[in-house]
Parts: sequence; structure tokens; C-alpha cells
Amino acid sequence: MSMANSVFEIVIGLEVHVELQTKTKIFCGCATGFGAEPNTQTCPICLGHPGTLPVLNRQAVEYALKAAMALNCEIGSVSRFDRKNYFYPDLPKAYQISQFDHPIGVNGYIDIEVDGKTKRIGIHRLHLEEDAGKLTHEPDGSLVDLNRTGTPLIEIVSEPDLRSPEEAVAYLEKLKAIMEYCGVSDVKMEQGSLRCDANISIRPVGETKLGTKTELKNMNSFRAVLRGLQYEAARQIDVVESGGKIVQETRRWDEAQGKTISMRSKEEAQDYRYFPDPDLVVVEIDEAWKERVRASIPELPDARKARYVSEYGLTPYDAGVLTSSVKLSDLFEDTLKHTDDAKAAANWLMTDLLGYLNQNGLELSDVKLTGQGLGEMISLIANGTISGKIAKTVFKEMLETGKPPKTIVEEQGLVQISDEGAILEVVDRVIAANPQSVADYKAGKEKAIGFLVGQVMRETKGKANPGLVNKLIAERLNS
Amino acid sequence: MSLLNQSLSTLQTLLDKKEIKPTDLLEESLAAISRVDGQVRAFLTVDEEGARAAAAGLDRELESGNGARGPLFGLPAGIKDNISTEGLRTTCASRFLENFVPVYDATVMNRLKAAQSVTVGKLNMDEFAMGSSNENSAFFATRNPWNPEYVPGGSSGGSAAAVAAGEVYFALGSDTGGSIRQPAAYCGVVGLKPTYGLVSRYGLVAFASSLDQIGPLAKNVEDAAHVLQAIAGYDPMDSTSANVAIPDYRQALTGDIRGLRIAVPREYMGEGVAEEVRARVQEALRVFESLGAVVEEVSMPHTEYATAAYYIIACCEASSNLSRFDGVRYGRRAEAGSLEELYVKSRNEGFGKEVKRRIMLGTFALSSGYFDAYYLKAQRVRTLVKRDFEQVFEKYDLIAGPTTPTTAFRLGEKTDDPLTMYLNDILTIPVNLAGVPAISVPCGFSGGLPVGLQLIGKPFGEAELLRAAHAYQQSTDHHLKRPQLAGEGGDAR
Repeated sequence: MSMANSVFEIVIGLEVHVELQTKTKIFCGCATGFGAEPNTQTCPICLGHPGTLPVLNRQAVEYALKAAMALNCEIGSVSRFDRKNYFYPDLPKAYQISQFDHPIGVNGYIDIEVDGKTKRIGIHRLHLEEDAGKLTHEPDGSLVDLNRTGTPLIEIVSEPDLRSPEEAVAYLEKLKAIMEYCGVSDVKMEQGSLRCDANISIRPVGETKLGTKTELKNMNSFRAVLRGLQYEAARQIDVVESGGKIVQETRRWDEAQGKTISMRSKEEAQDYRYFPDPDLVVVEIDEAWKERVRASIPELPDARKARYVSEYGLTPYDAGVLTSSVKLSDLFEDTLKHTDDAKAAANWLMTDLLGYLNQNGLELSDVKLTGQGLGEMISLIANGTISGKIAKTVFKEMLETGKPPKTIVEEQGLVQISDEGAILEVVDRVIAANPQSVADYKAGKEKAIGFLVGQVMRETKGKANPGLVNKLIAERLNS
Repeated sequence: MSLLNQSLSTLQTLLDKKEIKPTDLLEESLAAISRVDGQVRAFLTVDEEGARAAAAGLDRELESGNGARGPLFGLPAGIKDNISTEGLRTTCASRFLENFVPVYDATVMNRLKAAQSVTVGKLNMDEFAMGSSNENSAFFATRNPWNPEYVPGGSSGGSAAAVAAGEVYFALGSDTGGSIRQPAAYCGVVGLKPTYGLVSRYGLVAFASSLDQIGPLAKNVEDAAHVLQAIAGYDPMDSTSANVAIPDYRQALTGDIRGLRIAVPREYMGEGVAEEVRARVQEALRVFESLGAVVEEVSMPHTEYATAAYYIIACCEASSNLSRFDGVRYGRRAEAGSLEELYVKSRNEGFGKEVKRRIMLGTFALSSGYFDAYYLKAQRVRTLVKRDFEQVFEKYDLIAGPTTPTTAFRLGEKTDDPLTMYLNDILTIPVNLAGVPAISVPCGFSGGLPVGLQLIGKPFGEAELLRAAHAYQQSTDHHLKRPQLAGEGGDAR
């Protein structure tokens, strides 16, 4: 299959759902925790029992406002809830309380990096709504779990400003980071607290009208978003190139088969019969409230990134990686409270920490590293107590046990040997045992010295100060 | 005379002296039910066991003499069957909820418990409160205690009939377009629809959320005031509940209405209003004048559009409110091979004709392409109707007129003609659209059937409304007349 090429342009807009991490649901007092026994976090209200009424959770509005402001949205002075009517077993009232024509925020934007340049992606609207429950399909029937019913959600609809699957992922990553920074959601795609649907179309390069779009669902990871969009773009281009027409429809990404499958066409689309929910009153958002929420928004990733570049002299790339997650960024800042060497801190976090997490399929919250530990370890290297090589061992131990680096160094006897006499003794022994390497070196093979250094390090179990070892071997060989 | 016919103050004195106890009141109620309900058919469920246990508990409290008694201490109450009662079947007179037992109490039930009344049982109604005759009950039609050939009105027909027949001391009903006042008028009792937001809707099975209000039905204004006092007030469980100070309604019953300005809209007294009904209302107005009130004619020009707007708004909201009855979690569940079949069959079997008609009307009116022409336009009319009231209330304290254009009609007379049935509510509907309070009080008879006078007040003007209605009852005796039931002395079943 062909990919986007010079003939066609891809146009993508994303609809992202983010679960807000309020303690209780949006319209009742039930808990919102993930992973509870089915139907244990329910009450007559979220079960839609006859006669029950919703009461809006103010915290949910506050989080939605915070998110909307962080996404640079315009905030109106009133917001209103509407009913979206449809029958489905995971929707107890047979309508979802959502927002139709008075959403919390409109006309926002996110800046993303595309080929080293900043690109602004418009946000059409952000609205607040309640989540539905979850269905599990078994061979002999379907089961309904209504724990999630009534969890507050924000839906963030982008403008069709994204021009490739990669841009879509960059947008999604940035959106996730901003939500995480704001503390409004734990944004875990695998637990469904971040969900993404996409509208995608293609058009000839130079065309300004939008092509017929398809809506893509069931992309449950960043990788799935990328692959799903890549597949769908290629499919659409194939259809058009072979003389066909794109049908407006909803398609499902099938992860196992690696392709998109038609779910329903536009003709089968539902009429949701939106109307204002008469059980709820208009939410008035006055300037004082807006100001209070605005003041609670922390420094966001873009601002932090710029600061890391200007304040710590990091490259934009490194600053971008460090600020991509608030936890990583906070860890970096914690580290800098205990060392001044920002570049060393950045390197340890980006190379060793992220490498370890990737290799073991872990998340930052799974390891025990603290900023204080890393800062102290960097100081131990700087003052020569341990070598950079030994530090790798110490670092790994810190990740796994969370022990302070000094304790690890002491417990395992990892203190660097900087006693020239002690090192010289080993150097002499190694030189005596390796006449061939000595001869090679003297014949001009400078590399041979590396072998000798390695031998010394091995004999000292890595504890010899590598600088000293180098210096002493060179002195002996050149004398 | 039955204890249930005594005034509240008489009962208080008897209780104070321990000459009677709550069980005595309850047993009178249960005896009346077994005597006349075979004929009246007001009750869907009589909770003898629960009521006896509650009354016995109150007996002990009275005996021990500890603490203050609740304001409705020991009074036997009937509850319309669309008000959620924990552990007590709540059917909405629908096949869909025939065996539905709620897991929670409506806020008004908690308040009645705090006021220490005794719930005797659940009262018949038009299915999901949709109707004006009680003939839309899925189970059976309640009869008018004044003449069993006639309807008691609706949808709170069971509530009005039970009070009129002396089966309970008071009842709760709900009023969306006249459902408390119209049956109160037909049955010759007092029915009050409070200001929207005065009484919590939490636990009232919703028909049309922006119009529904719970209110009391009682023999007289004083009793209605006591019940209102117990159930009114802010409820954090209902977002549309008003956070306002509640006056002492009982203190408002001074009998003094000198200088009260009463407006009579000519639209309420015109074509379609039966001659004798108009005559009774005129007589009532003269009583008000004799008490020192000023009565003047006014115009409320948007009255004629209210009914159409009401049926659109009410049906739109109902179509959504009743969607939860889908057969998945509770209520009727049909045998079905697929999800869609489950929905279709459960709802088809569970809902009656009028409910289906209104769901279809509302679904249509909310549909894409029709929303503006129906729902939005109806909302605009609603605003105009509301403005009519606001303008009159700039100069007047109350509005008066008939509660209904005619007295009760015969069973079966209008069941085939829903439009004529809908017109029963033309004088009560504007009140719900405007959200203002109104009361129906008996003002005489026509052909042996009661006529109701409707008084309409300013938003949260219940105290004034009750004062005027009470003053009227102090000077008249229509509310003291009781129907003679054929069943009394024998079982008519």
C-alpha cells in the first residue's frame, strides 16, 4: 500500500476523552477508582433508578475549566448541560448528560513540534460530560459494569489541523502532558482515562475543501493511533487511486489484524435529540472563579522546556524529552535541588532512567529513584568518591531499592580507589603480565593502552579511579 | 364522626390528653379503606403491616411522652404511586413497574417521616402521571367518590379520591399540568401545587422535569398548609430546588384578606367554561369581595397558546425521562433474542397507549430538523406565558378563576379523544409553565359534582395563597360536605 505522497494530503482531527480524577462521580457521590469489583461503585443515581436526580460536582467543572484554560480556550460566562439520548445497556438513563451548545471552552490551541518547527493545532471545543459503563461480552451473554458510569469526562475536539499520523501522535502526547501537568487526570490510555477517536480524510495537494472523512475508533495506545491512522490514510489513498470513492462511515481499528474495519455508515448514524437537561441548572462562571482557576494552573510543558533551555543550557531536544512528562520533569527539578550539574542530571534521566524503564517495560512510578538520590550520586562522581562506571551500578540499585547512594556505596564497598600507590601496584602487575600489549603500544598502537586500563579496572573490580589509571599507565609506558 | 374528619387542632388536643393514639387514627383509615375502597379504588397498595408498625412506634413515643411530636404526628397519609418509597412497591400505575420496589425514599418521604405521619399505602394515578381521569392507570380506574360513574380526575386521581372518601387524612400528589388541582376540583378537596422548586423532586418519578411538583391534597386549607410546611424546603439532592427561607404557613392563616387584589383573567372565564362552573366561581369571587378583597378583570393574552406549548415541552422531556425504562436493569423485561428486541418488547408490553403516544410525540418534536420548530418555539411561548403572569402580578396579589372548565366527566366519555381530554387542563397548565403556585379549593356543586376554584399566587407566595384560600373557607362550607358512598355500610365490590 502506498503512504501519503506528493499527490495527496492527509487531514486529521482528533476527539480525545480525558477522565477527570475527581474523588467522586460527576452527578453523585460514588467513588471513581479504577479496578473495583463490578457494580460496587454505584448508587441509585448513577444506576438511573426512577426518581433520582443529578447534582453537579463542582470539582469536575473546576478541572474542566483548568484543562480548557491550559489549552488556551475561551471560557464563556455560562455553561449548560444537555441530554444526548440513545439506548445502550451501558447507559442506565438512556441519555448521557453532556454539553451541546454551551461547552466549557472553545477556540483553544496546542503547539506541537513538527520537524523542529512549532505548529499550532486548533482546539474546536472542550466540553464536560459523564462517562458510560462498560460491557463485557461472554459467549452466553453480555455483562454490564456500571462502576465507570458517571465518571467525569472532558471531550477535547481538535480542528482538522493535523497533517500526518505522526503529527496526530505529537498532538496527543502534548495534550496528555498538559493534562498531567494540570493534575486533572492520570491520562492512562491503557486504563481508558485517555481515549482517542480520529476523523481522517485525504485530498489532493493544493485542494482547500475537505475530503469525505471516516471516523476511526478503538485505538487504545499511542502506537495504535499511529498505526491506525497510517493504515486508514493508505487505505483511503488506495481507494481514490483505484477510482473509488470514500464512504463516510465509522471504522474500528483492529489491533490484531492491523487494519480498520467498517462499523456503520453515516445513514445509520443516530439522532441524539439533544435538549437542555431540565434537571440541572445553568453553571455560572464568573470572573473571580476563572481567575482562581487560572492561578492554580502550574507551569506547563512549553514554558518549562523554554526555561530548561535558557536556564540550564539544555538542547531543545533534551528539554523536550524531560518536560514530556510532569513526573520526569519534576524528578529533574528535584535532582537540581541537590546538584548544580543540570546536564549530568539530564543525561542520567534521559539515558539511564528512560533506558531502564523502556528495557523493562516499566513506568516512572514503578521505580524508587528520588531527585535527592540522583543529585547526591552526581556529587559523589564529581568529588571522585565513585567513578562514572561504578555510578551505573549505584544508579540501578537506587532504581530498585531507593536507598541513598552513600549507603549503597558503603554497603557494597564501591568507593573509588584514588590512592596512587595502591593503583600503581596493580598497574605494575598488569604491565608485567601483558608484555605483548606493552610492545604493541610501543610500536605505535595507541589503542593497546585501553586494554591495559581495562585489565586494571577488572582487577580492582571497577573501583580504581579511571583517570588515575590512565595517567599512571601512560607514565609507566612512556618512562 | 370519624377521627379523620376532625380538625388538626382537635386531634392535637386528643393526642395531648392521650385520649387517642396514632394506631386509632390508622385503624380508622384502614377501616375506611376496607369499607369504601372496593368502590373508590384509590389504592394500588395498602401497606397494612408497615403502617401498623409505624403507628405502634408512635404509640410508644406518645406513651413515654418524650420529646416534641412531629407536626403531622400519627396522621394517616396516602402517597401517589410515582413517589419513591423504600421497600414499598412504586408502580407509577404502569405494567412496566408492576413489581418494582424502590431501594430509596424520596426526599418528601423522609420529610414526612420526620413529621411523623403514617404512610398507609400508595395511590392510583394515570400511568406515569399522564392523563386527566385516572383511566390511564394500567391496573384499574379510580372512581369519583361523589358519583362512581364519574372520573376522579387525574393524574393524582387516587390521591384526591382517597382524601374525599375519608380513607386518609391527607395525600401527596404531583402536578405537571394540573394533576393535583384538577382531581382536587373534581373530588371536592383542596389541592396545592407549590412554586416550582419549593418541594424537592428527588424521588418523584419524572414525567416532565421542568414542570413537575409534589404537593398536598387535603380536606381543607389548614391541613394542606401543615403538610406543605412539612415537605417544603431546599434539598441538596435536587439541583432545581430553591434555596429560599420557608415562612410559617400556619401563621399565615389569619383570615384577614382586606385589601387583597385579585385578578380574574377574562380568558379563564370565557368560552368552554360551563355555565354553572362560571356561576360558582362568580359566587366565590363575591365572597372574596365581601371579605375586603378587590376583584378586577384582566387579560392574559397568551393563555390560548399554553396548552400546545405544554404538550410539546412535557412530551419532549417525558420521551427522554422514560427512556431509562429499557428492560435492562429493573422493571419489566421481555423475553427477547436480541438487544433491540429486548428494548422494543419490554417497552411495548410495559407502557400503555397514552404513554406511548406522548413518548412518540416528544421523540418526534426533539428530532433533528424539527427541534427549532417545536421545542424551541414552545419554550418561547412558555416565556410569553410567564410574562403574562409577571405583568398581572405587578398590580395584583392573586389570580382567580375556575380550576377546570367543567365538573368531572363520565368514565369512558373522553378516552377515545385525547385532544378533548387534554383541554381539561387548559386552566391549570399555564401555572406550570410559569412555575408559580396555585391551589384548588371547593366552591360549590354542579349537578351533584364539586366545582373547584383556582387561586394562583406569586412565585413562593404560598403563604398569601393559603391565607386567601383559608379566609374563603372560613366564610363558606363547601369544603365541609362529604360524599355519601354507596359502599358505606356494605361492600360494593
